[in-house]
Amino acid sequence: MTLASHWRRVVALAEKRLPSLTRMRQREPLPILLNRRRIYIVPTGFGLGFAVLLCVMLVGALNYANNAALILTCLLGAASAGSMLVAFRVLNGLTIGTLRADSAVAGSSIRVSLDISTNDEARTGVHLDVHEQQLALQVPAHGAATAEFELLTEMRGWLPLPRMRIYTTWPLGMFRAWSWLNPDRQVLVYPRPEAFGPPPFEPQGDADRGRPRVGDELASLRDYRPGDPRRQIAWKLSARHHDLLVKDMEQPAPKEDWRLDWDNIHGLDAESRISRLARWIDEGHQGGRRWSLQLPDRYFDIAQGDEHYHRCMTALALQP
Amino acid sequence: MTRSRFSLRRVSPSDPPIGGRSFDLLCTTMAAVVAVHALHLPWWLTVSLLAILALRWRQRRTHARNVSAWLKIPLVALLLASIVATYGSIFGREPGSAFAVGLLVLKLLESEHRRDARVGVTFACFALMSALLFDQGMFATAFVALALLPALATLRSLEDARPEPARLTGEFSAPLLMLALSIPLALFAFLFVPRLSSPLWGAPMNNQARTGLSSRMSPGDMTELLTDDAPAMRVTFDGGKMPDRPARYFRAYVLWMFDGKEWRAGGGAYRRAPSTLVPGNNVTYEIALEATHEFAMPVLDAPVAPPEKSRMLPDRTVTANNRIDEVVRYRVASTTSYHFEPELDESVRHMALQLPDDVGPKARALAADWRARFGNDDGSIALAALGLFRDGGFSYTLAPPPLGRDRIDDFLFDTHQGYCEHYASAFTFLMRAAGIPARVVTGYQGGYWNTLGNYLLVRQSDAHAWSEIWLAGRGWVRYDPTGAVRPERVSQLGAAAAQPGENSLSGQWLREFRNRMDIVNQWWGRGVIGFDALRQQGLLRPFGIARADVGKLSLILVIGCALLVVVALTWALFRPREGDALDAWMRRLEAKLARAGVARRVSEGPRHYFARAARALPGDRASLEALAGLYIRLRYAFDEPPPEPLREFGGKVREFKPRRVVK
Repeated sequence: MTLASHWRRVVALAEKRLPSLTRMRQREPLPILLNRRRIYIVPTGFGLGFAVLLCVMLVGALNYANNAALILTCLLGAASAGSMLVAFRVLNGLTIGTLRADSAVAGSSIRVSLDISTNDEARTGVHLDVHEQQLALQVPAHGAATAEFELLTEMRGWLPLPRMRIYTTWPLGMFRAWSWLNPDRQVLVYPRPEAFGPPPFEPQGDADRGRPRVGDELASLRDYRPGDPRRQIAWKLSARHHDLLVKDMEQPAPKEDWRLDWDNIHGLDAESRISRLARWIDEGHQGGRRWSLQLPDRYFDIAQGDEHYHRCMTALALQP
Repeated sequence: MTRSRFSLRRVSPSDPPIGGRSFDLLCTTMAAVVAVHALHLPWWLTVSLLAILALRWRQRRTHARNVSAWLKIPLVALLLASIVATYGSIFGREPGSAFAVGLLVLKLLESEHRRDARVGVTFACFALMSALLFDQGMFATAFVALALLPALATLRSLEDARPEPARLTGEFSAPLLMLALSIPLALFAFLFVPRLSSPLWGAPMNNQARTGLSSRMSPGDMTELLTDDAPAMRVTFDGGKMPDRPARYFRAYVLWMFDGKEWRAGGGAYRRAPSTLVPGNNVTYEIALEATHEFAMPVLDAPVAPPEKSRMLPDRTVTANNRIDEVVRYRVASTTSYHFEPELDESVRHMALQLPDDVGPKARALAADWRARFGNDDGSIALAALGLFRDGGFSYTLAPPPLGRDRIDDFLFDTHQGYCEHYASAFTFLMRAAGIPARVVTGYQGGYWNTLGNYLLVRQSDAHAWSEIWLAGRGWVRYDPTGAVRPERVSQLGAAAAQPGENSLSGQWLREFRNRMDIVNQWWGRGVIGFDALRQQGLLRPFGIARADVGKLSLILVIGCALLVVVALTWALFRPREGDALDAWMRRLEAKLARAGVARRVSEGPRHYFARAARALPGDRASLEALAGLYIRLRYAFDEPPPEPLREFGGKVREFKPRRVVK
């Protein structure tokens, strides 16, 4: 029992002093400022190989009492050691700021962009590992660079950002300075619409359904009939004909407003209802319809457009 | 919640191909390696390696494709075969480095990916270092250090997401800065890396056919030596008291035994105390002798006492206790006017008269003739011999015609051409034939006085051979028969006299320049190349540590490196605080308030913050309100806060002491 409590204290201490190593369990708010507490440096494979070579050169120079070779070895060694500090300086003081995400439905990938900025000198060779994608970017001095990557989504709802690693091997590729990023941000994934299914229930009853209405869109040209309004005459086209032609303006039949209701879908579990509703909303949005959505806990009044669409989809995505 | 395994190993991306610029830099690195090695590589190898390099560069520019193995394997085989054909082996310093450089250039043929380029650069660094095994002079070292620039630039260019300079030359400035910044650490490490007092494995002695004086002499041996301009030693005289040029004879070996072809030291029969010497005026000097891989330590004329770690032979030549494999320095006092062994021991006289039976009948006849003519006057006989060389149609040349079976008679009565060895050998033979004790001495004569550095530079080309004969009442007296033939040889530079045809103005100018530049080499040799285990131990003497052993040196190395790392870390961690003086004062105020329990929130503006602070610290309400008003005016009423109110704000911040709230 005491052992366990000791262990907890050790972990707590590590969490406090070495946040970068233990960052996997604790999320933190954006913006993240990289500092010396959380930047770690390890030699790369190439760096280890080069170190072995330096040792060989050192022993050779010492053995043959060749001081010129020793100076050269020391110079190379010092330059390599200096490259470690340069690598550290690439990351030190970087700010991982704004996060932006597109919308995506579950099962497809979602584009996320992350701003990495500095308020002093430019940074070179900054890499970001996300979900086995590697991004390399340069951060301009007093500016920001945007890292864009895609996340695979599996289900609707909030998708937490995965743990990312920011690292650099600049300038010589011998050392990798790295830090874990585990921001507490989430991106929203919309529910996946079902592949096919019935259309929503449409109340029948409007008598003049199907009758064309005068609208803005040009349906066809026809001969002039007395009584047609003058502004509908297609003057230019008529000049090539014997008779006057008239633009027949027409609007397709107005689509019925959909009243989508969670409770009107019978015999399905919640997930299937959500994906059916998602499909209807998707179709309605693409078909230019107006719809309202009744969910168990809230109601969206009849409307149309992008904003309405996103509001409804968000509500669906966050359905328990 | 996604769970991910904690690991340091990165999922390695596929090895990306090298960009065009990186490949250019890689080619430059390889070309630099070939250039650094060009001095000792056979010329055809240098030329063909550079040609392969250029062809490969063109080939990759036009269509980036790997070179077929059908081309690579024969090329490697050809390289191996030609090196074995040239050197007879693949092992050893010269063939080894030639093979390494060749392989490095051939590695370019298959360098398509980043990994290849990194491996290539790594081994290029090693090849650069191995060039210093041949020549560790200052210019060679500087050249090799400069050749590190393309290597480092290649490594930089292999990194992703970097700004690419428009021109290739722009790639070198950053590595140059990098190297320049690492000089302090490098120098420190150089000074304090503990040297090995004895090598871990054999020093590379093979193929070091560096000509030098040896304990044997047969006419014809010294030809290479006399055309070798490498420094042999440097001599500094105490108080600038240097003997005149004709008296500057540095004795290295005394040769007694002659078998008709070759003179040898033959000192085995001569194990006695150093011969008696009646010294006159002394000259004290210090000699820095280049590595000879022999034991002899040349000293001026007759040394009074042997230097450290050496012993003096009866004939007053000095032998080191250890073989001279690196530059050694020793101080000696010599006398230039003396009676050298005034009483000749009978066994020594016997040795000094030894002659092979079947050699030189005509020379013996001539000597007998002189003896008959001059009677007991040994000095006159010697003068007669010198007169023969001077007036007998003899000439000085470094390319004498070959001698037949009887080398003495052939030279004296037939070819009449030769250089110091021939004359010393013939003269000594004649003297012995006439019954005068005589011996051959080899060493250096002359040297170039470097006025800038106040030292005498003696080159290998100053090697010389002369004779000493024993005259009753005077002891051993030096006779230089070469001087009779060619007085300039003794009074001028050896090499200049040796090559009358090439003694053009430009050659002389160049030689003069080289002699003057020698001071730089001298400095480098003394300060860098000569910095051995012994001098390293004395490094800390000014700080009260008499003998710095390996433990102390390592400790200092570690401490010093740590200090330098701290300096570098300060640089790495240093980030200028943002903002102006007002921001700095405000930060100070915020720190004070934070200690009092009112920390500023990220999203909090100044007005709100001050109001909150005033609520939390009611005792300081008045001063906080004044500070708030001042700050807001300073920050927002002006583009740049004016100095006078800014000073006022600063004073108020300094005075501000939040009173603790009693709860």
